[in-house]
Amino acid sequence: MQLLTDTLLSGLVYGMLLFMLASGLTLIFSMMGVLNFAHASIYMLGAYFAFTISHYIGFWAALVLAPLACGLIGAAIEVWGLRRCHANGHIAELLFTFGLVFIFQRAVMMVWGTLAVPYQVPASLNFPLFQLYGQNFPAYRAFMLLVTALMLLSIWLLLKKTRIGLIIQAALTHPDMVSALGHDVPRVFTIVFAGGCLLAGLAGVIGGNYFSTDSGMADAMGPIVFVVVVFGGLGSLAGCFVASIFMGMVQTAAVMVNGSIASLFAPFGIALGGDSLLGEILTIPLARVSPLLPYVLMVLILFFRPRGLMGARDA
Amino acid sequence: MVGVTDNPPESADDRGEETMHFRKISAALCFALVGLFASAQRAPAASDTIKIGYIDPFSGPFAQSGDQFLQVLHFIVDDINTRMPPLGKKFEIVTFDDKLQPSEALIALKRVTDQAIPFVMQCVGSNVGTALIEGVSKNNERNPDHRVIYLNCGALATELTNAPLCNFWQFRFTGSVEQRAYARIKSLPADVKKVYLINQDYVFGHSIEHDTKKFLQQLRPDIEIVGDEYVPLGQVKDFSPYITKIKNTGAQSIVTGNYGPDLNLLMKAASDSGLPIRFDTYLAYLTSAVTAIGPMGADRMTVVMEYNENLPVELNIPAAEKLDLAFRKDHKFDFVAQPWVVMFEMLSRAITQAGSVDVLKIAQNLEGMQQQDLLGKTETMRKADHQLILPYYEGLLTKDVKYDTEGTGLGFKTIFTVPSEDEELATTCAMKRPS
Repeated sequence: MQLLTDTLLSGLVYGMLLFMLASGLTLIFSMMGVLNFAHASIYMLGAYFAFTISHYIGFWAALVLAPLACGLIGAAIEVWGLRRCHANGHIAELLFTFGLVFIFQRAVMMVWGTLAVPYQVPASLNFPLFQLYGQNFPAYRAFMLLVTALMLLSIWLLLKKTRIGLIIQAALTHPDMVSALGHDVPRVFTIVFAGGCLLAGLAGVIGGNYFSTDSGMADAMGPIVFVVVVFGGLGSLAGCFVASIFMGMVQTAAVMVNGSIASLFAPFGIALGGDSLLGEILTIPLARVSPLLPYVLMVLILFFRPRGLMGARDA
Repeated sequence: MVGVTDNPPESADDRGEETMHFRKISAALCFALVGLFASAQRAPAASDTIKIGYIDPFSGPFAQSGDQFLQVLHFIVDDINTRMPPLGKKFEIVTFDDKLQPSEALIALKRVTDQAIPFVMQCVGSNVGTALIEGVSKNNERNPDHRVIYLNCGALATELTNAPLCNFWQFRFTGSVEQRAYARIKSLPADVKKVYLINQDYVFGHSIEHDTKKFLQQLRPDIEIVGDEYVPLGQVKDFSPYITKIKNTGAQSIVTGNYGPDLNLLMKAASDSGLPIRFDTYLAYLTSAVTAIGPMGADRMTVVMEYNENLPVELNIPAAEKLDLAFRKDHKFDFVAQPWVVMFEMLSRAITQAGSVDVLKIAQNLEGMQQQDLLGKTETMRKADHQLILPYYEGLLTKDVKYDTEGTGLGFKTIFTVPSEDEELATTCAMKRPS
């Protein structure tokens, strides 16, 4: 029981953070067809901005200002970068964002140095909220959950209840038609790109101090976010949400479980193992391969259901 | 050359042959001039410096280590060059990037021998270290006029100074994994009875785990290993599930060779969950670990190390303290590379004794050499396996120190010392010596 609640809670927090990153990426990807490689770099920038701002003004100001700065950077990238590259097709855009990854990486190293920066959880949130089976549940985790839930709610309201949301939704599935109806699709693109970057920045602000803020954080987060987007299905926020939570849970659960695939069969009297390659794979502890599982799942879903869990189009 | 490009294009057509001729002459002149300058610059340099080829990652994800180590090495070399210059000359460090790839390191080694540099030094990665041992040994057999000595300043795997890998041309100026594991287990307090081992799932982590278990069995049979686990290298973001598992085992201490995010996030998760557990680590002195860990590690995290900036205060050695202060002035990280000072002191003495840069004589002089370190302790380059025998210190992270680490207000206080006599562990090395 304790294992179950702990898995659920840990998985939920991690999953929600993943969703915050992936939601922006999936919107950008499905709308503009641009696989924004630099998305995780914006997440990193968000954390570093928050570190600097909280050093001078405080965490709460950073919570607002850092994502806004990331949003502005996103808008600038779209208007002055992607829009020019767009004329040369998707490959040019892809390579452009790929180049940005290295530029941001280097820039961060030059400005903040190569070492991890001491970006800490604010003192006002650094206390145990409640005890669960004798283990503290930190208040900051609850805060992360709260922020991500609020974000989820506001995205939903924006997309479902406003005019711009309506256009974005339409542009997700029928971009040509929206353009033909006389809407300013490039401006919608800018808004979506900036919005996505803002969310990534926000994830950086609340994730950077909970995990660690260093120049390798973009590399660590980048691949898993793509997995979530593909797994959830292109153009589907709901799918993205389910995929994020699922990936969070899978990774946490794999660590918790003491055992291997072979041990699943043990109760039925089937002994698996041996010296063969297959035997080794079956007996390796799940915890050791837990970071691999999302990628295995992505390969499987591309194989059997290329449009992802709830996707509208093929990947 | 400038004259050629200044010619208007239409006239170049008319006087094609002449221009070609002029171009050839000016190119030849240019080369001659460049050659002249280069040799003019190189000639005196070759005679007053003794070059050391420093091979480490200076690009890619591990560039940070190479950059930082280079700063430390420059600091030490500057000190040695003024204090005890070998044969009145200066050491000069020439860097080569290996991107932490053995194949790249071997290419770098080729460049070192081509430039007739007599020493290679390498501090990151046992896989690269293994390749360099083989590369250097082959070169020295085939190329006796351009032999090189491999100064190992940080490839830690125990195997490197044991059979069959150990080699006459390698000298390791840092403790091996085995020596560190011995100090780690020896310094565990008597009331610790249950430990949980967590290590990274790659060669280094496996090596640490193997030697930790070996010495636990040998030195502390009263300690029960209640869990051992490999974590994927640099992949885990949230360690709280591990902490739940650890808590359920009732462990008193986490003994870990993790470093980087794998150490910091593990400690963060433990501290967040309120689990009152010790951290007995191998590498928490590496740069940025204390910054990331912060106050939550205070008074419960220990690390075994070769030096820390509070040791001169505790042992009352002003000269060493002065050196640390000089380092602190220009660097944001601590001075912990005490064995590298010994390395350059021994090297300088070995060269001076040899009377010239005769690589074979220098290597023979280094064998069995003894040297007082910064703290006045005797360190020995053991003849049998070319492993430095040095003391280890267990530091506790605490506020109660004179010099803090990375401006955190926390620093390492020595609570246990393993003298170098205890670190003379058995070796299986049986090296072939050149006659």
